[in-house]
Amino acid sequence: MINKKNPLSLQLDVSDFLPAEKEEKQSLVVMREGVSFWRDGMRRFRQNKVAMVSLVVIILVCIFAFVGPAVYPYGYEQQIRGSENLAPMEYSATELERMAAGEKVFPHILGTDSLGRDLTARLMMGSRISLLVGLVAAILVLLIGSIYGAIAGYFGGRVDTIMMRIVDIIYTVPDLLIIILLMVTLKYPLQDLANNVPGFEWINNVGIGLISIFIVFTLLYWVGMARIVRGQILSLKEQEYVTAARALGASHRRIIRKHLLVNCMGPLIVTTTLQIPSAIFTESFLSFIGIGVQAPMPSLGSMASNALNGITTYPYRLFEPAILISLIILSFNLLGDGLRDAFDPKLKE
Amino acid sequence: MGKYIVKRVILAIFTIWLVATITFFLMFLVPGGPFLAEKSPSPATLEALNKKYGLDQPVIVQYKNYMMNFLKGDLGVSIKQRGRTVGDIISDGFKVSARIGGIAILVSVLIGIPLGCIAALNRGKWIDSVIMVIATFGIAVPGFVVATLLLIFFSLKLNLLPTYGLSSWRHYIMPVISLSFYPTAYISRLMRTSMLDVLGQDYMRTARAKGLSQFKMLFKHALRNAILPVVTYLGPMVAYTLTGSLVVEKIFTIPGLGKEFIDSITGRDYTMIMGTTIFLATLVIIMNLLVDIAYKIIDPRIKFK
Repeated sequence: MINKKNPLSLQLDVSDFLPAEKEEKQSLVVMREGVSFWRDGMRRFRQNKVAMVSLVVIILVCIFAFVGPAVYPYGYEQQIRGSENLAPMEYSATELERMAAGEKVFPHILGTDSLGRDLTARLMMGSRISLLVGLVAAILVLLIGSIYGAIAGYFGGRVDTIMMRIVDIIYTVPDLLIIILLMVTLKYPLQDLANNVPGFEWINNVGIGLISIFIVFTLLYWVGMARIVRGQILSLKEQEYVTAARALGASHRRIIRKHLLVNCMGPLIVTTTLQIPSAIFTESFLSFIGIGVQAPMPSLGSMASNALNGITTYPYRLFEPAILISLIILSFNLLGDGLRDAFDPKLKE
Repeated sequence: MGKYIVKRVILAIFTIWLVATITFFLMFLVPGGPFLAEKSPSPATLEALNKKYGLDQPVIVQYKNYMMNFLKGDLGVSIKQRGRTVGDIISDGFKVSARIGGIAILVSVLIGIPLGCIAALNRGKWIDSVIMVIATFGIAVPGFVVATLLLIFFSLKLNLLPTYGLSSWRHYIMPVISLSFYPTAYISRLMRTSMLDVLGQDYMRTARAKGLSQFKMLFKHALRNAILPVVTYLGPMVAYTLTGSLVVEKIFTIPGLGKEFIDSITGRDYTMIMGTTIFLATLVIIMNLLVDIAYKIIDPRIKFK
């Protein structure tokens, strides 16, 4: 084109007619690589900055809660004489003496409580409890809810009616009232089981409060999941691939597991993730009113409740668990929202 | 319609009965009766006390007696608070709790709905982001955290508001804020989503094409449709306010029903446990029922199953 002498001539540029090079060919291929549901979702998830930040926060809190106590020099139950009611980074008289003698003393980063227990250590343990409750409850709810919902949706008819009627009833029962009642009543049979029946000593290690929280959550919280899964299965089971699988002689069990549940993975993941913060929320609430995790095991809720006693002098004791619990719930909420945007095909534009 | 309502009412009654039965038998699983906490009564007194409240009979007989009295509307007398009937205690406590809870529900609806609308109408602008950030935080912060933080700042640091009791309107401010914090945030998020959904509908374009005024478009067409999800949330919100009041009443030492409930459980006051549980459960169940029925009346598109 540059060599053109006469602007009006139809002189053609020879370079335009050279055989295309390999790279040029490649760039013209319209077909993209196949994108699977997972990769598509993960790609969208990774672009969501808010969700990624909350994922990082969750990982940091997990490290704080699960690795922290192993590294931190003070235990959550350890009562250090003479170090009661220390402010953050403050040292007690004995500790100052030891430091003067050249010994290295690890600072109480967040201070100590009225029994001389290091608050950082308690905070680590407390967030471990919160995270454990959230994760275990979510997994139990996922298991029970998805199996129940899948069976109801898949078999339909009278089975579905009866199973969903049960769900309706549990759904209308005010959960917190029953949870509070169960928390109080389960305490004694569990204690009995742990102390008298061989093979159940582990209950004491985990803590009766925690076990009854798990039992109670699994008894009541699976119904939401069951409804969602049933709804999904109802529409999925009409798909051709299910008919095909049945024609090939697949068992009900196989169809539910390999074809139906796999295909409602998106909603399953999203609902499970959003279950975590609500379980943490409930646990902290129960511990706050004094019927959750039992002392000396700390929980973020009971730490906040204990802080109420010295609230005028030591307000930071309330801020620490309060900020941490809000942060945990917030990040799980945002993570769940991000996952929903990425994996729930109904919201896909 | 009639058939649907009858079905739901039967289900509700069944659920209430179920809750009452579960509560009754759970209570008796707990070792230690209502009299053990007191200065160890002699076996003879204990026997007399048990006999007085009918606790010496087999559980099944007690259950039958309780249910028969319950059907007559008699919830019995409190074992711990001598001389007061459970009905009296509940109605005293409920008056207090309902006032705070009612104001809190009103406040969250009156603030949440406009906030959600404003956010939806200004989608993508700074005001939308600000409202949504606040709402997201509002959902993440537990009620007891809000209540205690308020207590620290407004009562202890600034000395502006009283810490406990309910004798003037200033006493209501902090309990109401702590109770309505979460529902307000939730409603504004709900409202924003449904408003955005409605604004994208065809009938909104038609309304604009007809040349309707902004005001009429917003209030007659958009708001009426967008408000439906909020109506469904009213049922769960009552339940939330109830449980929230357990904490709020503890923090601000308010003599409400939530406090009675917790006290009765820790004190093994059998008749009070039964009374408060049945009362609260019935309240929540009836609210859910009313909301479901109201929802179907408001939105005729929903079919009756």
